[in-house]
Amino acid sequence: MTTAGRQDQAVRPESAGTILSVRSLNAWIGTQQILHDVTFDVADRGVTALLGRNGVGKTTTLRALLGLVRREGVIELASSRIDGEPTHRIVRRGIGYVPENRDVFGGLTVAENLDLARRHALKRHRAVTRPSRRGDRMSTCGESDERVQLVDRLFPDLVRRRGQPAGTLSGGQQQMVALARALLNDNLALLVDEPTKGLAPKVVDEVADALEVAARRTPILLVEQDLAVVARLADRVVVMTEGQVAHSGPAPEFLADRATVRGLLGVSGGSR
Amino acid sequence: MSTVILLAVTGLGLGALYFLVASGLSLIYGVMRILNFAHGAFLTVGGYLGYEVGVHAGVHARSWPVFVVMLAVGAIAGTILAMLVEILLIRRLYQREIEQVLVTVGLGLAAVALVTGIWGPDTRPMPSPSWMARTTSIIGAAVPNVCFACIAASVVVLIALQFLLARTRYGLIIRAGVENRSMVAALGIDVRRTFTAVFMLGGGLAGFGGVLTALYNSALSPAMGDSLLIFAFIVVVIGGLGSVTGSAIAAAAVAILQQFANYYTTSGVGDLIVVAALAAVLLVRPGGLSGRQVRLA
Repeated sequence: MTTAGRQDQAVRPESAGTILSVRSLNAWIGTQQILHDVTFDVADRGVTALLGRNGVGKTTTLRALLGLVRREGVIELASSRIDGEPTHRIVRRGIGYVPENRDVFGGLTVAENLDLARRHALKRHRAVTRPSRRGDRMSTCGESDERVQLVDRLFPDLVRRRGQPAGTLSGGQQQMVALARALLNDNLALLVDEPTKGLAPKVVDEVADALEVAARRTPILLVEQDLAVVARLADRVVVMTEGQVAHSGPAPEFLADRATVRGLLGVSGGSR
Repeated sequence: MSTVILLAVTGLGLGALYFLVASGLSLIYGVMRILNFAHGAFLTVGGYLGYEVGVHAGVHARSWPVFVVMLAVGAIAGTILAMLVEILLIRRLYQREIEQVLVTVGLGLAAVALVTGIWGPDTRPMPSPSWMARTTSIIGAAVPNVCFACIAASVVVLIALQFLLARTRYGLIIRAGVENRSMVAALGIDVRRTFTAVFMLGGGLAGFGGVLTALYNSALSPAMGDSLLIFAFIVVVIGGLGSVTGSAIAAAAVAILQQFANYYTTSGVGDLIVVAALAAVLLVRPGGLSGRQVRLA
């Protein structure tokens, strides 16, 4: 992890800090306010875990970042404001979203799900959002090929099942489609919502492996209930209670503090 | 026997008209979650503008090139009208679906009034190629040729729509949008552009269908759109919201059922039976024949 982080830093010397900054975020579902003055940062490398009990607003936070729910507040991606933009523009600036419950298109084949996710139009936006990286890569085409190869390598199962309707896949395979959709593009950040929910322990490990590889290239904001996965992947944690941020800081220190973990999450550390 | 064939073919012809209206309605509902009550207006306006072409063509009105122009004008009129409605009204009410439906209801009423104001309330005879008005004998049944034209046009539209949906990126976006449009946006795709395109496509098909409807009835009136729209809605629900193939099957089934029941019982019973069929399908398969569970969230 640290080695990969250092490599990334070598590519991006300007990037010791924050990729996604959230200030005073309020969000509503219908008329009910779910988030109250939420403020936190997502580091520009590694995994930042967003933790909290069920119903505290973790999913709503991710959806608010993407403009999928009504929200107010300041959201900056790589130092530019995105809170005034419609969802598709925010995504094209370089956010990959892996939603809770996967949300793969069940009637579409695996290949169609992945084709749909490939953002051809990103080329134009890259020049705007990543001026410092322009010279680092050979060509856009080579880059997307590299992404495809990465996805094929991470999820060989999906290559075999390209023609199968995604709705007929197992939960774990659907999760891989959802992850692959996000990894196919050259993103500035990934928002990943409970990727291990409802999966068998072996599949949980596979998903965690994939996230670990992904995090070497792209910073991740990860909502996760499984503290073993959090302990393995996360560098920092942001803990929410009742639609507010209750704690944020380095992951190891937080997870080591059993009393705080129990108090904020209602579970003991490391349990699955 | 000849009666059965006649009823079946005229039923398929009517079904073809239902399909042209229902496929657009179904796609619009599937992607945008709007029941477009203005769809009948696209049909009526398309029909009347096609009629104007025929009238202005004078002695040439019965030639094939003029017929093609009539269809094209109807389709283009429907497309442009739908585009204006989507951009000027529907889009401004984005995510306020009840208001969007109310706007379409109002538009539907206003359009009928406008058409009545321009062309009058009376039924007008539709100019058509002389071949259309003749009949062809199939095993003793004298089938009006216009039925074949309607069926052929619908089959072409069905194939074209299937190609669009199965083979193009737009089709991929539409199929995904029918399942879960917020996830489509979350993949970086501008769903609103897709909304406009689908609305225009539906409007174009309705305008095209308007010309054919007027030919099928050999006449047109301001109420023609709304009277077809009711059955088209039934077809859409029976076929499964958002499913083009479902619409095609349901359109044929509904129209043939209607023709036979109206002929062998009293006129009007067929319409009632169609409503009963709708209730039966909803009881047995709430998602319609195509069986897709449309997400309403």
